[in-house]
Amino acid sequence: MTPEVLIQPDITPVFLTFVLVLAIFLGFELISKVPSTLHTPLMSGSNAISGITLVGAIASLQIGQSTLGIILGTAAVTLATINVVGGYVVTDRMLGMFKKKEGGK
Amino acid sequence: MDLNMLINFSYVISAVMFILGLKMLSSPATARKGNMISAIGMLLAICAALISQGIDYKWILLGMAIGGGVGFAAAKLVAMTAMPEMVAIFNGFGGAASLLLAWFEYSGKYQGIMSASTFTAFVLVLSVFIGGMTFTGSMVAYGKLSEKISGKPYLFAGQHIVNSVILITTVILGALFVLNSGAGNSYFLILIAIALVFGVLSVIPIGGADMPVVIALLNSYSGLAACAAGFVIHNNILIVAGALVGASGIILTRIMCKAMNRSLANVLFSGFGSAKTSKAGKDAGDQGEVKPATQEDVYYILEAADSVAFVPGYGLAVAQAQHQVRELGEILEENGTDVQYAIHPVAGRMPGHMNVLLAEANVPYDQLIEMDEINPNMETVDVAVVIGANDVVNPAALDDESSPIYGMPIIEVHRAKTVIVLKRSMNPGFAGIENALFFNDNTRMFFGDAKASITGLIAEFKG
Repeated sequence: MTPEVLIQPDITPVFLTFVLVLAIFLGFELISKVPSTLHTPLMSGSNAISGITLVGAIASLQIGQSTLGIILGTAAVTLATINVVGGYVVTDRMLGMFKKKEGGK
Repeated sequence: MDLNMLINFSYVISAVMFILGLKMLSSPATARKGNMISAIGMLLAICAALISQGIDYKWILLGMAIGGGVGFAAAKLVAMTAMPEMVAIFNGFGGAASLLLAWFEYSGKYQGIMSASTFTAFVLVLSVFIGGMTFTGSMVAYGKLSEKISGKPYLFAGQHIVNSVILITTVILGALFVLNSGAGNSYFLILIAIALVFGVLSVIPIGGADMPVVIALLNSYSGLAACAAGFVIHNNILIVAGALVGASGIILTRIMCKAMNRSLANVLFSGFGSAKTSKAGKDAGDQGEVKPATQEDVYYILEAADSVAFVPGYGLAVAQAQHQVRELGEILEENGTDVQYAIHPVAGRMPGHMNVLLAEANVPYDQLIEMDEINPNMETVDVAVVIGANDVVNPAALDDESSPIYGMPIIEVHRAKTVIVLKRSMNPGFAGIENALFFNDNTRMFFGDAKASITGLIAEFKG
């Protein structure tokens, strides 16, 4: 019997919560350094990141779903893809507009 | 190394790239590259997910093709003035995707097939509830921002009681669902319905000027929903990415609340600006006279000024006058005038809204000054030109304790030598509060559509 089998069922929630807590603290550190000029691109960029649900939806949409499953799964993939693609593209478009003064250093 | 491990290590790399991307967002000079790195991280995570075994490519690729097309077109076509609506709707889609993913997991794995652990049942409830209320709440926010529905706060008697009853019902149903190891299909569906209703009810009482807070908060919810969905399917990358977004939204919410000197609870529950008309009517009489200025007057004032600070507000976005403002600014600079743009943190309808509009019009970002930077030097500003801003320059916030915005930090334009206010009419701003600034001795009102007014001034300078 491998240790993995022994540990996994009980430890998973703890392990996942551990990841969550660390990521939240890291997020606070990172975001508080973003200047207010970039708050709109920050929001649209984080829209794109919250489209990460796409990754979960892809990995979960296994063959042999019920009709309801196919509808729910495909809808989740579609909406999350809109977020990912739309979020990154519009953020890039916006950030391309931020320029320093010409001739300035 | 087995396939699963490869996929999971790819997720680790993706997480690192998201973090690097956010880190590079700390300066406008590196931000675009940071966004690109974050996007590549996402692409890697998607590719990794796509090599999972036994997934149904037909439906996945169909969804990705539709979503990719819609997302790309929307991102390319949206006007910069419509960014708040765009972000609102994306928040909603993020919430909906997490709701659907949790529902999908439940219907496929747990419903009547095997019992979920208490923990899984709990996170299922969290993801459908947060996801559902994010979805409908964002749709209402979208409606308000795009003016498809009224931006006014909508209040009804017993609103707090209804909301409390909904929350208590949710907790009870959620507890029943969890205690039944996720066996109660009807509980689950009712929870989804309640979440959708609750989203509408919680955003409908919030007025247009408070939208920066609401969007930031919904942004945070959409991240937390992704996080909860990550717990449902035991996926680290969803949790990490969701937590980063959640943290970002919370920080922005806090900044916005601080910039309005209000607590989050006050923004969410008070229906700000709904019952202020009587007070405004009373004040208007005893504040002296408004001094209107003609185009020629304004031209002479600006022509003689050594330093000018433009103070934009939501009215600039409505009038779409950002390009004209930049042109006027450049003419003034050629004329030897020092030009700055002073931006209040809550000006506009979302955090950083004005910065994006001015960036679109090619105003260099080093000319944009934050409130805390300009206020100490306000006496040295010859002319402050207020364009479509109102509450964020209202001196009542400093000295009138009875004012609903008392205590809110403002851009103190009334301390500049001269103030020119571009305004359509004497109607009060979104918060519905009369502005004493308009009656000050050093204030001149330049009535008319901001775009037409500034175009007229440019012509005067050129002619």
